[in-house]
Amino acid sequence: MAQVSVRDLDISFGALKVLQKLNVTADDGEFLVLLGPSGCGKSTLLNAIAGLLDINGGQIFIGGKNVTWEEPKDRGIGMVFQSYALYPQMSVEKNLSFGLQVAGVKRDEIAARVARASEILQIQPLLKRKPANLSGGQRQRVAIGRALVRDVDVFLFDEPLSNLDAKLRSDLRVEIKRLHQRLKNTMIYVTHDQIEAMTLADRIAIMRDGVIQQLADPHTIYNKPVNLFVAGFIGSPTMNFLDGKLSGSGFALGDTSVTLNGYEFSSSPAVETEAVLGVRPEHIFVGGDAEKMPFRVQSEIDLVEPMGSETVGWSKVGGQSIKFRTSSDIHLATGQKITLGFDPARGSVFDTASGKRL
Amino acid sequence: MTATTMDTAVRTAEEPWGARPKRVTAGRVGLYAFLIISAIFFLIPVYVMVITSLKAMPEVLSSNILSLPQHPTVQPWIDAWLHACTGGDCSGLHPGFFNSVKITVPAVIVSIGISSLTGYALSFWNYRGAGFFFGLLVFGAFVPYQVVIYPIILGLRTVHLFSTLGGIIVVHTIFGMPVLVLLFRNFYAGLPIELFKASRVDGSNFWQTFFYIMLPMSVPITVVALILQVTGIWNDFLFGVIFAGRPNWPMTVQLQNIVHTTQGVPSYDINMAATIEAAAVPLIIYFVSGRWFVRGIAAGAVKG
Repeated sequence: MAQVSVRDLDISFGALKVLQKLNVTADDGEFLVLLGPSGCGKSTLLNAIAGLLDINGGQIFIGGKNVTWEEPKDRGIGMVFQSYALYPQMSVEKNLSFGLQVAGVKRDEIAARVARASEILQIQPLLKRKPANLSGGQRQRVAIGRALVRDVDVFLFDEPLSNLDAKLRSDLRVEIKRLHQRLKNTMIYVTHDQIEAMTLADRIAIMRDGVIQQLADPHTIYNKPVNLFVAGFIGSPTMNFLDGKLSGSGFALGDTSVTLNGYEFSSSPAVETEAVLGVRPEHIFVGGDAEKMPFRVQSEIDLVEPMGSETVGWSKVGGQSIKFRTSSDIHLATGQKITLGFDPARGSVFDTASGKRL
Repeated sequence: MTATTMDTAVRTAEEPWGARPKRVTAGRVGLYAFLIISAIFFLIPVYVMVITSLKAMPEVLSSNILSLPQHPTVQPWIDAWLHACTGGDCSGLHPGFFNSVKITVPAVIVSIGISSLTGYALSFWNYRGAGFFFGLLVFGAFVPYQVVIYPIILGLRTVHLFSTLGGIIVVHTIFGMPVLVLLFRNFYAGLPIELFKASRVDGSNFWQTFFYIMLPMSVPITVVALILQVTGIWNDFLFGVIFAGRPNWPMTVQLQNIVHTTQGVPSYDINMAATIEAAAVPLIIYFVSGRWFVRGIAAGAVKG
């Protein structure tokens, strides 16, 4: 079984400590996504798991075996890189079989594995071509194939879709998800794209400055972010953050007060704590739908952003700017008086000082 | 009346439209005048060499230096190759040619082989002291040859390589390394590091990655190195005369001996023919692969 487990990992480049005492485990067959802004250490972590980077402390286990000192080839991993990293002078077929030839696999075994991989990825017509004669999407498929032929238990993806255009990216994203459903391998996938993370992952590890902020399934990450960073990083348009104070069972917001009935506090904060109420734009309703919501407020539209499938409107609540998402069928005009409503129980309350969820 | 014809009718000559016209300016004229004069300046000696080598001696002495041969002959070329005398030995330039081949071919292969391997190791295998070692090598490019000649003589004598073919090959390899390693290291540093990582994940070791992945990608920079080394080693005089030993003297040393061996009037026709014969190899290499040279340098510049 191929569980990947990283224990107390330390990595530093000179004086710069990139990762410190980092612990994370990807279960057998799990699709784990490492998500974070650039420079958060996610690629460093992946390279360390692959054995392409010297670590300063800690251990790495793959399939129950301590591989901390093993060479990449002995770790039972296949890796896909952002820049494809296909060997330019070799045909697609040679690219796929190179690793197997080096490992001394028998010729008919190589042919069988290449045939199987190219069938799964539908690259049979490309086998005789050189990488230079392939499109970006085809190249990345070959790169995935190179990991596939190795018959390994763990796949590592380092931003595999970042070099592709938007359409190809969403196509290949679906293909990777299918591949995972079919092969049921353990996959660890690095990206800075939250859509990729949300759509592909069984669990997401959101990283910042070398520290995992939250490790949970996409639903939890989206609905119950543990801190302001996670709340702001996930979701587009981003979550609304309203500054205020906790007051009894409510949240004082300028001249209005939001009752927090039904909100599950993870701790019992002191009254009068400075806090931030986070509400997702898609959880705010206008007009008739707003009437059913526990919290309602009269306001005026400042700005309208039509996006085709939906419309983002900007307004104010308690003197603070707030954006909301509605169907594009609802007509909104700047200056229009509207009723906004949301359910505070679906929101998130954070401590202003620590940024942590309350 | 259609819109198109109206546009054409309305457009006046003064109005800017389409591609900007190219004007002849004083600067352009000056530039081309300079280029043409420079070209003539550098081509005249070549012209004189060629026409003199095609004249017989009486005509060389009687005719103007720039005038075309009245009775063209290739005899000086044959004499230079087979019969010209160096001291008492009158077998022409051809033994020197084969000596030069014997020195150049192995020296070029060995120096490029070692340098590409060193450049590869320095750029991809980040071992301890790699930076220091590279700095030391590049420093070698700035050491004046003349200063180290005597120590090298002593060193080669100790290992019994002084005045041998092996000795001169070793010397050329050592002196070629600083620039070649710099060239190869920068070329490899420009390749995506993911290629190297991918080959490691695929399980290929130091040598397999070098021979199967990196070397086949180094064609452009290898051509640059090849031209630099062939030209440099073929044209070398100093190392050849010191380290090769008399039986292995390269063409350049023999040319110098032919030109300086005179009885009576110097044989200008033979001297010119011999000089062209000695210079032919680097010239041919450059004309055949010059296109690759520029391309390789450009690849290094963009990626390095």
